Amino acid sequence: MKILVCISHVPDTTSKINFTDGDTQFDTNGVQFVINPNDEFGLTRAMWFKEKQGASVDVVNVGGPETEPTLRKALAIGADSAIRVNTPATDGYQVAKELAKVVQDGGYDLVIAGRESIDYNGGMVPGMLAGLTGANFVNTCISLEVDGNTATTIREIDGGKEIATTSLPLVIGGQKGLVEESDLRIPNMRGIMMARKKPLNVVEPTGAAAETKAISFEKPAPKGAVKLVDNVDELIDLLHNEAKAI
Amino acid sequence: MSVLVYTESENGTYKKTALEVASYAKGIADMMGTTATAVAINGGDTISLGAHGIDKVLNITNDALGDFNASAFAKAIAQAAKAEGAKVIVLSQSANAKYIAPLLAIELEAGYASNVVGLPESTSPFVVKRTAFTNKAFSNTEITTDVKIVGLGKNAFGLNETSGAAATEDFAVDLGDTSGVKVQSIDKATDKVAIADAEIVVSAGRGLKGPENWEMIEEMADILGAATACSKPVSDLGWRPHGEHVGQTGKPVAANLYIAIGISGAIQHLAGINSSKTKVVINNDPEAPFFKAADYGIVGDAFEIVPKLNEKLKAFKAANS
Repeated sequence: MKILVCISHVPDTTSKINFTDGDTQFDTNGVQFVINPNDEFGLTRAMWFKEKQGASVDVVNVGGPETEPTLRKALAIGADSAIRVNTPATDGYQVAKELAKVVQDGGYDLVIAGRESIDYNGGMVPGMLAGLTGANFVNTCISLEVDGNTATTIREIDGGKEIATTSLPLVIGGQKGLVEESDLRIPNMRGIMMARKKPLNVVEPTGAAAETKAISFEKPAPKGAVKLVDNVDELIDLLHNEAKAI
Repeated sequence: MSVLVYTESENGTYKKTALEVASYAKGIADMMGTTATAVAINGGDTISLGAHGIDKVLNITNDALGDFNASAFAKAIAQAAKAEGAKVIVLSQSANAKYIAPLLAIELEAGYASNVVGLPESTSPFVVKRTAFTNKAFSNTEITTDVKIVGLGKNAFGLNETSGAAATEDFAVDLGDTSGVKVQSIDKATDKVAIADAEIVVSAGRGLKGPENWEMIEEMADILGAATACSKPVSDLGWRPHGEHVGQTGKPVAANLYIAIGISGAIQHLAGINSSKTKVVINNDPEAPFFKAADYGIVGDAFEIVPKLNEKLKAFKAANS
């Protein structure tokens, strides 16, 4: 089984978000970048497929050279090789189009992406990639087993879970549950040394055009101070009469 | 040229989110000088849609769409969009709608903006405001394609009642092979409110010390008709199911009222609940970051306050219902 894990290069979850150039660009100053958490669960699940079922695991990112440390980290965790499509990511559609070319050229059976990146939160790359490549698609996937050509998935739905069966080729929009938080791997020294020797192939983009454009960014208006109350009667009164929330 | 909206139903009833996207589609239609058409799949009585701005309902009745099937639903909605010549298609951000939207975007060669928080700033160019960086910021996003898909965040627009009635037409679809992903079973608690549907969410964190102490949280949720939720450490420790984890890597919450008990308020948690309207925090640490994000707070021991609050809420509910 040939697996491709899509890796988004995103600001660490604790990052303070600021913008520059008249609020048109994300300010990367002092920001630490990491593997998108939703992708990292998928990468770890892919490692299990490699170890238990002999799958090969490649990772891919669409982005400039600044994303390579994030791909190297994925290699240090255990991926076999990495691909970087050498173009800035501009929107979900453009990324999906570039990834579709990688998927078709590489003949992958299973593509695991995160359900969304934690920066732009588009939530569209996995679905669009499935649509473009004609693969089956399961979103918000919290469990994935593959036996031969058949896959059994569990998807998180509003208020519960849905169990489904499908077949390869398959694209997964993954999240926590594919593996647990405690299953995530921190690269060790040996992994980091080996990652330096693993191939990181830079491929040129197809030049797909974006369909959306982020014109400007803004931050939420600052919040007023919290109203501290001493007793529950006062709280209920405020929630009822002031906030109209109960 | 109408604005097309996919209105989800469950057991023949349109959910509040369906009426909200209907109201919103009517809002866009007004801006563009056109009407709003709903597409319903095995839906029910359309009176409620007419009462929320919908002129026409395309009703698709098809056995192949009995179980949810994202790819087949996307095909069906795409055919309705083409039949209507719709340039703008509106969906909610339910789990199923988020599953359908990117597939629909490929079917229609349409640009898609998710997590949109209000009416377009302008319809030509078509610019919408959406949340980004997991609610830590907004992005004003232009959709540049001819056909546009908008995913409206829950509670971002609200309901607009009108006096209209919707004309209902049966709409036949040609789905081709629908065997790609087959639902085998659904595991859904019927006696609990889902976080996605909840107006009120009662959430608790590590301050509760152990899973055995959740009874008072569930009691509060019962009294308020609320969903229960939890912080990330609590779900990582296995005290509560993952489905309850709220935050940046868990579920977003856009409720009317979010009550956080024994949750310190890590930046990742606050990001996930930022779209909720009123936030209440109960925590014994006055320095907890949650107090900076909340509207109302009580500094004190949850084990003392929550049982008292439950008693008073019960009395309040009895007096006000």
